Amino acid sequence: MLRFTLRRFGTGVALLFTICTLAYFLLYIDTNSIAAGILGASATKADIAHFNETHGLNLNFFESYWNWLTHALTGDFGAAWTFTDPVSTMIGQRLSVTLTLVVSSLVIVTIVSLTLGVLAAVYGGWIDRLVQVLGLIGFAIPNFLVAFALVAEFAVVHRWFNAVGWTPPSANFNDFLKSATLPIAAIAFTGLASLTQQIRGAVKDTLQNDYVRTLRTSGLSFRRVILKHVLRNSAGPALSVLGLQFVGMLGGIVIIEQIFSIPGLGSFSVQATGLKDIPAVMGVVTTMALIVITVNFTIDLLSAALNPKVRLA
Amino acid sequence: MTEKLLDVRNLEVTYHGKKLGKEGFKALKGVSIDIRPGETVGLVGESGCGKTTLGRAILGLAPVTGGELLFEGKDIAHANRAQRKEIARDMQVVFQDPFTSLNPSMSIEQILSEPLRAQGVSASEAQSRVRELLDAVALPSDAGQRRAKEFSGGQRQRIAIARALALNPKLIVADEPVSALDLSTSARVLDLFLEIQKRTGVAYLFISHDLAVVRHVSHRVAVMFGGEIVEWGNGDQVTSNPQHDYSKRLMMASPVPHPRLQAERRRQREALLAAQTQEAR
Amino acid sequence: MTTSLISMLQDPNQKERNLFFKVITNPVGAFSAGMVVVFALLAVFARWLMPYDPTVSDYNAISLDPTPAHIMGTDDLGHDIFSRMILGTQFTLSGALLCVTIALLVGCTLGLLAGYFGGLWDSIGNWLSNILQALPGLVVLLAAAAVLGNNLYLAMSIYGFLLSPAFFRLMFVTVRGVRNELYVDAARVSGLSDFAIITRHVLGVVRAPIVIQSGIVASIAISIQSGLQFLGFGSTDTISWGSLLMDGFANIWNHPVRLIWPSVGLALLLVSIVLFATTLRDELERAGTRIRKSTKKSLVSHRRTEAAEAPIVHIENDRVGEEILSIKNLEIGYLQGQGNYKVVVHDANLSINKGEVVGLVGESGSGKTQTALALLGLLPQGGTILGGTIEFEGVDLATIKSKEFDKLRGRRISYIPQEPMSNLDPSFTIGSQMVEPLRVVMGLSKVEAKARALELLGMVGLPNPEKTFRSYPHEISGGQAQRVLIAKALSCGPDLIIADEPTTALDVTIQAEILDVLRNLQKRTGVAILLVTHNFGVVADLCDRVAVMQNGRVIESGGIYDIFDNAQHSYTRELLGAILDENGPAREAYELEVKAGN
Repeated sequence: MLRFTLRRFGTGVALLFTICTLAYFLLYIDTNSIAAGILGASATKADIAHFNETHGLNLNFFESYWNWLTHALTGDFGAAWTFTDPVSTMIGQRLSVTLTLVVSSLVIVTIVSLTLGVLAAVYGGWIDRLVQVLGLIGFAIPNFLVAFALVAEFAVVHRWFNAVGWTPPSANFNDFLKSATLPIAAIAFTGLASLTQQIRGAVKDTLQNDYVRTLRTSGLSFRRVILKHVLRNSAGPALSVLGLQFVGMLGGIVIIEQIFSIPGLGSFSVQATGLKDIPAVMGVVTTMALIVITVNFTIDLLSAALNPKVRLA
Repeated sequence: MTEKLLDVRNLEVTYHGKKLGKEGFKALKGVSIDIRPGETVGLVGESGCGKTTLGRAILGLAPVTGGELLFEGKDIAHANRAQRKEIARDMQVVFQDPFTSLNPSMSIEQILSEPLRAQGVSASEAQSRVRELLDAVALPSDAGQRRAKEFSGGQRQRIAIARALALNPKLIVADEPVSALDLSTSARVLDLFLEIQKRTGVAYLFISHDLAVVRHVSHRVAVMFGGEIVEWGNGDQVTSNPQHDYSKRLMMASPVPHPRLQAERRRQREALLAAQTQEAR
Repeated sequence: MTTSLISMLQDPNQKERNLFFKVITNPVGAFSAGMVVVFALLAVFARWLMPYDPTVSDYNAISLDPTPAHIMGTDDLGHDIFSRMILGTQFTLSGALLCVTIALLVGCTLGLLAGYFGGLWDSIGNWLSNILQALPGLVVLLAAAAVLGNNLYLAMSIYGFLLSPAFFRLMFVTVRGVRNELYVDAARVSGLSDFAIITRHVLGVVRAPIVIQSGIVASIAISIQSGLQFLGFGSTDTISWGSLLMDGFANIWNHPVRLIWPSVGLALLLVSIVLFATTLRDELERAGTRIRKSTKKSLVSHRRTEAAEAPIVHIENDRVGEEILSIKNLEIGYLQGQGNYKVVVHDANLSINKGEVVGLVGESGSGKTQTALALLGLLPQGGTILGGTIEFEGVDLATIKSKEFDKLRGRRISYIPQEPMSNLDPSFTIGSQMVEPLRVVMGLSKVEAKARALELLGMVGLPNPEKTFRSYPHEISGGQAQRVLIAKALSCGPDLIIADEPTTALDVTIQAEILDVLRNLQKRTGVAILLVTHNFGVVADLCDRVAVMQNGRVIESGGIYDIFDNAQHSYTRELLGAILDENGPAREAYELEVKAGN
């Protein structure tokens, strides 16, 4: 297990490094046009040279990347070009908002889809059909359309929740619920629909295994076999889908935050790219990649803990 | 003595694992065997002994890492695609699983004409050859238009045999061709193998885990264990009076389908095992 | 030459044509396909279908709600929204098409190379696909837009690349699967080139799944494209559903109806595409199963006419012990929908006394395994006992409640399966799987259960019970796993064990050992065994009595010598006759040692 953990950790670090390098390369490859783009059409050559000088763009690629990397390792993403605060500070403030949204959705999605998926797989019938239809709709309809519908119904027509804005849970929990319920529901809906289907599929596959019947022949009840053996063996495939779902949620949250005017990482990335603030964009990409890789690493460890064969891979 | 059709000398096959630096798995550790025209050589052994690998190596489907593989005097151990295509005319295969050895989406006619077309036989010739082949394996001539899915296991194995016969080969490698079939079907398919040999003079390398099956069809028999041939010779001798310790154990472990005879065999087996453990001490 | 080439290519196409035909004739498939076609036509003929020029402002009709002249109303600049919706399909669909094409080209090419040739291609493809899947697509697109400029077609091209793992995985897995099929080996032996093998055997298999995946990828592409435009990407002059969404959302408080049009359009298009893809997938899956069913059906009808001879019951005077199980006129069927049952066991009769080992022999499809599973009350889904009784110590197992059955299994009747490896739960150690029934069924304490489990593992001849106890199923051999399953079957002290082909999956030398274990333990515990098998050697080794099944009927039963020496039924004789004689051919003692001499 230790070897497995170390190996997966190594893979994660290598993946993160690759992504950062690629991203840095692509973002900083054409520094002249960046400067020109930011300074506008009226900028003179001297202006551009001055801009490059002050932002460290005159260094060669490896030097500047090395600079960035060593700082990034200490959690410092450097100064932003268009914001006054350093990139790390800006990301830090917004990260907690985004994580609150994503983690809440993830928890809801996991609990609900586990219950629905297992019920659908084991009992079939109307609940199975419901899950199928739900899965189809959830897959086809993008979460921003769901968000529009939710806003229209529950904020515009009924005014139960806020259509825009954000209150952190620590400030006022009631206001937090008012501001967070709709965005969380919108993010969760899409994830819920497809994860439920995946869990249904995984449980159905596991039920096909010979050992499920053989366990029953030793006198264990159906419920016990499902809850102990089938669930554990379905967890692997379900977890790997959860990982992909999570990446999808992180992408989807960009639009959701924009719709609800929530000051999170997603809306920050829209702002930063709109302003062509390369250090800020680089910081966001790195942070997102770090989150995804951490989550996948955790999922790998979890599935290895549940399934001894995974540890060998 | 008649010339050798296939002469396998010290053949080695090593499968390299995905990880670098790790030593690969030696599936064959220097195997020597030969087949003469028109004869059946039986290859018997348990799972993982390397018998299937030997068959696949001869067919060019396993990586030969040492030794020679002489077919009609030419070394084919490392034949390239073009050479293999030449060899295909003389050497064919019948696999174990009649359900995965035929492409389910193709019609029987397409399956049977595939080797012919690959050798550049014209379409009309191929068509009439397909009819002959179906006839040779006692399948109705309208079978050509149907798909493999519509046939039972025994019938599918007949189709696989017909495919192997398409180019009039000199040697057919048959890898466990009856082990997926029911008892009565299996007996009929074995009879078909014998009848075809009598008619066409094809030689077989007949691979099986079942001593009785191997005995039924073979002139000479080789027993494999752990990637090596441990006993090899006259089929009657090897299957009824084996000399090597492992061949003896193998024979004694095969149950006789009669209660009295099996009780007798069980006693012999117990005695043999006792003697062998005694020896080992 | 050409005719056969055409006929060669025609048949797989024919099958595919049938598949698409089935999708179109299915109401859901027809609706979704129709909707997709309608949207495509709108896009192509937009120019002629728009009632107004969508770029011309009509200052007399600003911010109108729907009117007969402007059926979807107008925006703040007096543009006709209906016309803009129609023109918007063009952009939406062409962006999606671009994205799918790129994903398809990159993913399929790499997947084909990695799946067929493996090695370096495999490593490159999988590494790339892992990286791409670790990135939230929208964030990458935003970052790319910051450097490469604000061009939506460029963004969709990049997104196509990001989505290529969807095709890569599909292609890789299918090709690798087909690559290992024996029919591909056979084609290689016939001298077919790699190119011919790929086109003939591989591409035919992936065609339909790729259409399905394309639909799914297209729907994702359309969502993300509208999302990007909603975020303000792309030229503001571009007329698209995304820009209509943005306009609608900006006016959600004063003109909520404007948000409805693009939302409904988008939802309708996406649902249609996904619905079409899933219908195709369902039909594809159904096509696979339908054929299997139909062959079974034909076998059954054919069977019914054949089994005409009356069953033969040999009279046995030497049976000892009292009867423990008695099956009378058992009939088992599978529900085929609409209350029709396909009967797989008709009128089976069988009795077992305490301490007897009874062999249930037959070829595949004879109903022997179905009978065994009925005794355990664990017929696969859809299977039902339609008639007859299974009397087990005064209880009729055919009608017993499932809760009551739970109390019998393990403690009174237990089971040894055929395939040892797939019958142990891979996620738990052997020890925990041994201990669980001992605790649940027998109510032993943890310590007692462990001691008993170790004792049982020793009893079945495992050399190192402690080590096996700690092992996971994948860490032991097939022979050891079968010993574990025997120990499990014995663990709660049953009166009857149903052993379904317990040695069929094993090598002969291991089979002999397992038969020894079964024989010794049976003698020691006096448990009765129903041994389901097709192997007369195994029957001869272990059984006291035999019942022969054919086509769902027990056609002959009797003592072991009655059957082997004095079989009456023609089928039993046929089976015994098919056994290869141990002293038979070895080719006439190797053609009399090659005509004596040589």
